[in-house]
Amino acid sequence: MLDNNQLLRFTTAGSVDDGKSTLIGRLLYDSKSIFEDQLEAIENTSKKKGHEGVDLALFTDGLRDEREQGITIDVAYRYFTTPKRKFIIADTPGHIQYTRNMVTGASTANAAIILVDARHGVIEQTKRHAFIASLLQIPHVIVCVNKMDLVEYSEEAYNTVIDQFEKFSSKFLVKDIRFIPISALDGDNVVNRSENMDWYLGAPLLHTLETLHISSDINKIDARFPVQTVLRPQNDSHRDYRGYAGRVSSGVFRPGDEVTILPSGFTSKIKTIDTFEGELEEAFAPMSVSITLTDDIDISRGDMIVRSNNKAKVTQDVEVMLCWLHNNPAKPRAKYTIKHTSNEQKAMIKEVVYKYDINTLERKTDDKDLGMNDISKVKIRTTKPLMIDSYRENRITGSIILVDDSTNETVAAGMVV
Amino acid sequence: MSKYYLNYLDELESEAIFVLREVWAQFQNPVILFSGGKDSIVVTHLARKAFYPSKIPFSLMHVDTGHNFPETIQFRDNLIKELGVNLIVGSVQDSIDEGRVAEERGKGATRNALQITTLLDAIEASKVDCAIGGGRRDEEKARAKERFFSHRDDFGQWDPKNQRPELWNIFNGKHFEGEHFRAFPISNWTEMDVWNYIKRENIAIPSLYFAHQREVVWRNESWIPNSEFLKLEENEKIHIKKIRFRTLGDITITGGIESDADTLEKIALEVSAMRQTERGNRSDDKRSETAMEDRKRQGYF
Repeated sequence: MLDNNQLLRFTTAGSVDDGKSTLIGRLLYDSKSIFEDQLEAIENTSKKKGHEGVDLALFTDGLRDEREQGITIDVAYRYFTTPKRKFIIADTPGHIQYTRNMVTGASTANAAIILVDARHGVIEQTKRHAFIASLLQIPHVIVCVNKMDLVEYSEEAYNTVIDQFEKFSSKFLVKDIRFIPISALDGDNVVNRSENMDWYLGAPLLHTLETLHISSDINKIDARFPVQTVLRPQNDSHRDYRGYAGRVSSGVFRPGDEVTILPSGFTSKIKTIDTFEGELEEAFAPMSVSITLTDDIDISRGDMIVRSNNKAKVTQDVEVMLCWLHNNPAKPRAKYTIKHTSNEQKAMIKEVVYKYDINTLERKTDDKDLGMNDISKVKIRTTKPLMIDSYRENRITGSIILVDDSTNETVAAGMVV
Repeated sequence: MSKYYLNYLDELESEAIFVLREVWAQFQNPVILFSGGKDSIVVTHLARKAFYPSKIPFSLMHVDTGHNFPETIQFRDNLIKELGVNLIVGSVQDSIDEGRVAEERGKGATRNALQITTLLDAIEASKVDCAIGGGRRDEEKARAKERFFSHRDDFGQWDPKNQRPELWNIFNGKHFEGEHFRAFPISNWTEMDVWNYIKRENIAIPSLYFAHQREVVWRNESWIPNSEFLKLEENEKIHIKKIRFRTLGDITITGGIESDADTLEKIALEVSAMRQTERGNRSDDKRSETAMEDRKRQGYF
């Protein structure tokens, strides 16, 4: 019954007390994704804490510290399935380290839910969430106006939030923004249509998530294949086999295609596209395959196979929007390892062009220090070329991370401008 | 709708293959942690696909508590032979004999926690820098926060509050000597996904997963199998029931459920109607609310 169902990944963003955990708990509970023993555990904890009824938010609390402090520390992943789709929720916290965590959760998301408290309307944190969603190019944003029960299900309160949101979001590049009035606590318009808001004619949240059109969000034009590893079995049945294993980042590849290997620039033709099941007539994102070529060329991990009539940019100078993720700030002119698809080189931050004031969303050129949660436009120089596309056109070939060689920690994530 | 999209199982499969190839490319000596349970069997199946036509380039590592289902060991040995891969066994009994760990005492004593030492010793002895596991984020609340590439310090410990952020599909497996990684290719799969995949791919699994007649006792709200390790407590008696297991751990702690599901189709149907989590029958998770997190911090699977 689920054979042709798609996977939808979404992230949730809200300020502390916007009811985000309750909303996720509600989605899982009303879609019957919570098991009896889990529910029992939550009931017991709710009782211990003296809560009335079942506190659905407890369902999303994972680690010991979180349960003790009642806050979500890190990104946690939740799963549920309906007859229409399988869903992965990247549940990110709304407090101090929200930028880092939301960026992480948003990096793989098809959609973002932004929660707004109907009583307070759009606040600065809402703007930051919308900003990050646009920065990470999440194709679909759903603004859930929550706690409608506390504003007497007022259409006017809901419209005020829409006005406020649209006023500032026009600057952002999100293709698809929708609004839904909900009460996560009571379940209005989450899974089931609200009986308290007959003025709202749109679909409840779950139905919206089930029907978002996501197939067209994948780039089908620019064929890109970063090589992960080379398969050389050298066994009797595959004596001279040399397959380039990887996952298609974007576009479509077919046997016979004229391809160019980057950065070397050698050209060849695709001989076969292989999988365990046999040869394919075409491969598209996000399929994992191995490709053989008609010519014997030296290709290794980090190289990229592209179609000859549509190449990625080969460059050592990259401009990125950089989000700093680590407690240790950037060291001036320090060298980092840059990771981009399967490619890995040394890199230096040559220049900070400007930094965003995350509160006003204005560009600052006087303060250029890069600390935890800072988002800046920077120029990076690498020791060897990267094969890049702009992030707007390609989320896979347009994204990088920086690793600090002295600690091996991931310190920053960047989107190619 | 465009024809250029994958269904969710194909997408999960492709993601897992991608992760396995990253492990191979980023580490010197990775192994697959193989328990004989369905999740590690699925991971092994995916590894076969990821490197085809080459054979699986990893050894399989099994932590043998000595409290096994005989069927699991038989299955393991057959699979090793079929795949032509190397098997590394870490023995809890050896760890006990060497005085590295002591048997738990008292009611409810198991060898579950002892495995941590054996596992870490085996990882160190074989100079393993990445242990691939079949852990899934839907299994348990502490696992919901796992990364695909999860760092362990030189004591094998997990620091859940200080994990490396993992963005897009760029995995950072860099580490210092003595540290290692755990990699979880099927992080995003649920129990239902695993069963649907086993069914679709027709993957062989131990007979224990299918309904069969067995001697059992009722303990901790589930049917614990009779074995040479079982000591009957007062008021307990042996029954013969038609049961099957939803997960496989030690024979001493893995509870079965009454079931008639004796085919993959019937199991998938049964699982989709289940109202209890699969680990609900594992007494190792019932010890405290944070039992899994506490064990994971120390280096558990």
